[in-house]
This record gives sequence, structure tokens and C-alpha cells, in this order.
Amino acid sequence: MSHNIVRIEALSTENYLIEVEAPHVAERFQAGQFVIIRIHERGERIPLTVADVDPRKRTVTLIFQVVGKTTMELSTLKPGDTLINCVGPLGNPSEIEKFGRVICVGGGTGIACILPVVRALVNAGNEVISIIGARTESLLILEDEIREASTETYIATDDGSKGHHGFVTEVLKGLLEKYKRPEEVNRVIIIGPPQMMKAAADVTRIKKIKTIASLNTIMIDGTGMCGGCRVFLDGEMKLTCIDGPEFDAHKVNFDDVISRLSMFKEKELLAVKHFCKHKQKKAGRQ
Amino acid sequence: MIEIGGTRVPMREQSVEERIKNFRSVPCGYNKEEVMKEAQRCIQCTGVPCEKDCPINMKILEMIREIAFGNFKKAFFIMKEDNPIPAITGRVCPQESQCEGVCPVSKRGNGINIGKLEAFVADWARENGVKEDIHIKERPGKIAVIGSGPAGISCAVDLRRFGYQVTLFEALHKAGGVLQYGIPAFRLPTEIVDYEISYLSEIGVDVKLNFFVGQNIKFNELRRDFDAIFIGTGAGAPLFMDIEGENLKRVYSANEFLIRVNLMKAYKFLEYDTPIVWGDTVGVIGAGNVAMDAARCALRLGAKEVYILYRRTKNEAPAREEEIQHALEEGINLKELVAPKRVLGDKDGWVNRVELFKMKLGEPDKSGRPRPVKIDGSEFIMKLDTFVEALGTKPNRLFLNKASELDVTSWGLIEVNKNLMTNVEGVYAGGDAIRGNATVILALGDGRKAAKSIHERLSKN
Repeated sequence: MSHNIVRIEALSTENYLIEVEAPHVAERFQAGQFVIIRIHERGERIPLTVADVDPRKRTVTLIFQVVGKTTMELSTLKPGDTLINCVGPLGNPSEIEKFGRVICVGGGTGIACILPVVRALVNAGNEVISIIGARTESLLILEDEIREASTETYIATDDGSKGHHGFVTEVLKGLLEKYKRPEEVNRVIIIGPPQMMKAAADVTRIKKIKTIASLNTIMIDGTGMCGGCRVFLDGEMKLTCIDGPEFDAHKVNFDDVISRLSMFKEKELLAVKHFCKHKQKKAGRQ
Repeated sequence: MIEIGGTRVPMREQSVEERIKNFRSVPCGYNKEEVMKEAQRCIQCTGVPCEKDCPINMKILEMIREIAFGNFKKAFFIMKEDNPIPAITGRVCPQESQCEGVCPVSKRGNGINIGKLEAFVADWARENGVKEDIHIKERPGKIAVIGSGPAGISCAVDLRRFGYQVTLFEALHKAGGVLQYGIPAFRLPTEIVDYEISYLSEIGVDVKLNFFVGQNIKFNELRRDFDAIFIGTGAGAPLFMDIEGENLKRVYSANEFLIRVNLMKAYKFLEYDTPIVWGDTVGVIGAGNVAMDAARCALRLGAKEVYILYRRTKNEAPAREEEIQHALEEGINLKELVAPKRVLGDKDGWVNRVELFKMKLGEPDKSGRPRPVKIDGSEFIMKLDTFVEALGTKPNRLFLNKASELDVTSWGLIEVNKNLMTNVEGVYAGGDAIRGNATVILALGDGRKAAKSIHERLSKN
């Protein structure tokens, strides 16, 4: 049961979009959920963000950043190639209700993950202010889609190449100055690198605004079996795959999340080197 | 000359020096002469305690008789009548506390080596392409089996043999459950698991991989689409100790450690993509089969020192005798009467020490084993850099949450009646999902029993 790739596109130098046939996922996906993919028989299982589904075409659109061997290999695939597995939808859907005014903060590849959440929130009758950011303009993805879906959109880049010069958290802080009364912002949702989510959670904690973060931890099975994705909420262990991926951002110990994400770094570098060498050899032979 | 009783034909094994560097099977298996000689030790007693003690009541006596005469094909067919995966049970059953333990010959040394006879015959059939003729008379009835571990396999096989349409759902990318992700290749070679499982498709069971019932299809949709359901979802969720330091890096549940090594083949990293990290000194908490497996995997990955840290003593260890013996032979250190208080790490979040309590044995507890009692003020620090928790597992709460109409115990075990039916009409369960951590053979037995109950129910209608 392999999954045909129908489209693959570079969204930036680091981010790619891949559309694959996965009827089960397309049929049942709800905003906030994810899939686990494996490229081939010897591949690892990695969780990926679902940015969109097309139930009619029975496809899912996945967006990923090239960070290790698997994502690097994924970025070299072409339409007509296949993924051996695409399991999902996994994880709990986002809590979507009419909250009122919601601020959605997306950083880096997290923008892809927040897009379906923004759409679902707007559909539920919320006013959604989106803040999206990246290191630099060329890495900023899905700006048009976010703008189209949101009531209002702000942009931040670390180098100031687009929008606010600085972090999304600074824009968030500014907005919370504008909407001073606690009932003026009913919820904040943040998805991005854990360092950014930690900083954003600190901003909203003072204001006591309910804040949700979606975590992207290391996972294997994605069904509660390995415990590798464990996180700690006020000291209590939770599993990202089955209890999350969304959690109360004010309770998450982000330092643990950041630390545990680096557990296999050295091995990942080895794998990337090995892959590049192999690719060169192959290119040399052709 | 036929020798009756006598001593067991010794099993050739890979030498310790060799085997700790690879993941190949430790026992080499009997050859034809050895297996016949071992079978000829059987006194063919009339009481057949071995069969009575077998959870699936395999026709052991007949099987041994055929082996003794070299009729391996016949022995294979006899075995397959009751056991869909003999190459597996022959390797992982706790025979010493079942068939081999009650064997009258065991009073004069070791009982007949039934497990290894079983494994020989199954291997012989595989290597010689011997298969039973399959005649299935189709009958109406669609059955869903959830989980492709031992319970699911046996239930699916029996129901298919009765003639029903059987769909087997598995959440992972390979069928076999714990046989695939849990038990290491040096104990249960992967190609043997794959072969035994290929039997399912051969007899026409529809195996749906990468399919999580509850996520991909709602449980009540499944109930609507199928005439009966068997739940063999096992006990796949790891238990943690809930002590300080479990957030540290290189702290693993045994499940994660073993899934990386076995299912994902992290021991062949670079050839396979899944990584695993370990240090020179590995501590494994617990003394069950899973603890032994994790410890022996760590050794094979290249750890210099591996410790089993156990709160009781070797006598109370729940692991199979053979596993403990193999682990000790391989140089794994068994540290008895210790229990972790907390795990400590360096400034970058890597585990580097564990603080342990010394324990003593107290009065027997419910399991009949002496209760481990903490000695106050006995804490001491042990240096290690990888920490694996093999404390047992419990049923997957994700599935149970999605099938909330099922009655479960406070432990998350599904409640069943004597026919293995749950409180929901037409929904049956067995294996670790109803027992907690038990054995492959008990799960097989449950699968068979549930298949029989389902057949009775559907053929009545």
C-alpha cells in the first residue's frame, strides 16, 4: 500500500510541499492532526504536518523543512515516486469553537501547521489575527494563504527583510498592548520552533490568556507505544502523539522539549553525510 | 539404539564472544540426527501432562513420535493443526514452566526439549517448502480482527479456516505486533516472523497495515461493517516509574529501545535510517524477558557494561530461565535488590547517574514472591549513561478511548466473559489486552478460543 506523489514543490530553500495520495487521511483529517510517513523499506518513521487535504482527489498536502536525512531525501522525490507509508490522521484535532478573537502565531514550518487551524477557526466564526514569521523573507511560506484565510495578518522576519524586524513574539506583545482587556483576546495558538513557542507562552502567561502550543517532538509509532515523544506539563508526563500534539502552552516544560529534540543530532548528521556521499557517487556513475 | 529418558541432547549455540557482536540467533537449532535422538527420549507416557499444560493443547505426544521416526512432514501437519506459528512459539514459549516442566522425564534431568523440537520441525518445513494443503469452504460472515500480534494471528487463522472473510487491522507498517517490534532477532529471527505471518495472506486473511482502528475508522463503524470483532490489541503502552529525571536524554522505555532496534533495525543504522544512541554503561530496570532483551541488545550495539537493576533477586526474576542464563553468560551484570530513586543528568540534559535505594526481601505479596522493601537511608549513586525502563506495559489507552463502550478494569484491561466476549454483543477480546503482560502462547490460546466462540455465535444464526 504505497502512496503516489502527485506534486512536489520547493516553497523556499528549506521548505517543501508534497502532495500525496492518501485516501484514509484525506477522508478524516481534522485541523491539528498529523501523519507519520516512511519513504521506503529502510526508512525511518517521521511525523509531518498536514497543511491541507483534498477529499475529492483523496490527497494530503504535507509541508516539511529539510532538517535531516529523511526530509532531505523526501525533497529529492518527484511526482510519480511513492511513499511506502503515510499513516494517519494521528493525534487529536484542534479544539475549534467560537472563542471570539483568536491570535494564531506561526513560525517557520509551523506556518503550514497553523493554516488549517486558522481556516477552521474562521469557519467557526472567530476573528483570527495571524502573526507569521521566519528568519528571512525567502523562508516565509504560505503568506498568501494565511492572508486570505485570516481576518488580519502580521509578518515578522529576524533580519527585517519583510514586515516587523524581529520576532513574532514582539508583534504578539504589541497586539496584546493594543487589546489590553483580557476579554479582548480569547485565545492564542502558537505553532513553530520550540524556542519561539516558549517565548510566546511567556508573553501570554503574564496576560493570563489561554494559550495552546502544538508540539513537534521525535516520534516512532505515533500511537502511544514508544514513549519517545513524552513531554512534561507541570511535571506530569504526557505523550505528544496521543495526548497532543496540542497542549496548554503555559504548562509545557519547553526546555525539556528543546533538549530532547537534540537527542539524535549527531546520528542525524552522520546520516545526512552518508546520504550526500551516496548521492554524489550515484550522480558520478550516471 | 533408542535411549529412553537419559540426558537432553545439547543445543549448539553461537559462542559468547561471537554472538555479542551480532543479532543472529543464539541457539543454532538441532540437526536431523539430534532432533530424532532428542525425540526418542520421550517415554510416550499416557498421562500427557505436556499437552494438558499447553495453553493451546498441542498434540505434542504425536508430534514427538513422528519426529522420533523422522517423519517431519507429518509432525509439521500435526503441529499446524493447533498452532499457526510454531517456529515462533518453539522459540519464545516459557516451556520450562509448561510442557517441559511437567514432563516426567524431567525428574531424571531435563524434560524433553519440546520447544526446540517444535522449532526444528517448523524450520524444516520452511526450508523445504512444505506447506499444508489449504481447503477452505467459504461461509458467510465478515470478521474484523484488531491487532496482528499472537492473539490476532491465531484468531484470524482459525476464523479463516472456518470459512469466514477475515480482515486483520494493524497500526504499524509490519504485522506481528510484539513478535515484530519487541522480541529481538537473536531470539526470534525477523525472517522467521515474516514467514510465519505470510501464512495469513496465503490462506486469504486480508491484512490491512498502517490502519489504526479508532483513528482511521471509528469503532462503531467497524461494528456496523462486520458481523463480529476480535480485539487483540495487546499491552503496548510503556509504563514509566514517574521519578525525577525521566525527561533526560538517553533515558528510554524498553519499548522505544526495542522498537528502534527490532522493528526499525537501528542496529544497522546508515543502511537503515532510524538512529539509536547509547553510552558505555547501560542500566536496565526490571528483570523480565523484555529487560533481558533490552540489555542484550545494548550489549550487541556495543555498550561496554550492561547492568540489570532489579528490586528483588534472581530467584524472583520473571524472565524465562534461558533468557537469564544467556544474559549472564554474555557478561550482563545482575545487580539485585536495588530500586531507582531518581535519574540524574549533566548540564546538557544527558543522563549520567542514577540514584538507587538498596532493598531487602519482605513478606510475600499477592504474586507469592517476597515483597521488595526499601532500606531507609541506603541511597547510593551509580554512574551510567543510558537508562532503559523495562517495567512492563499496559493496554493502549488511545484505542480504549476510541472504543469507550467497552467495559475495562481500572488497569485498562478489557473485561470479558468465559467465551471471551466483552460487554458489547459480538465483540470479543483476548491476549494481553485482557491479561496485561502475559505470554505469546496464552495470547494464541485466547485467539483460538475467541475464534471458536465467534464461530458458534455466527453459525447459530
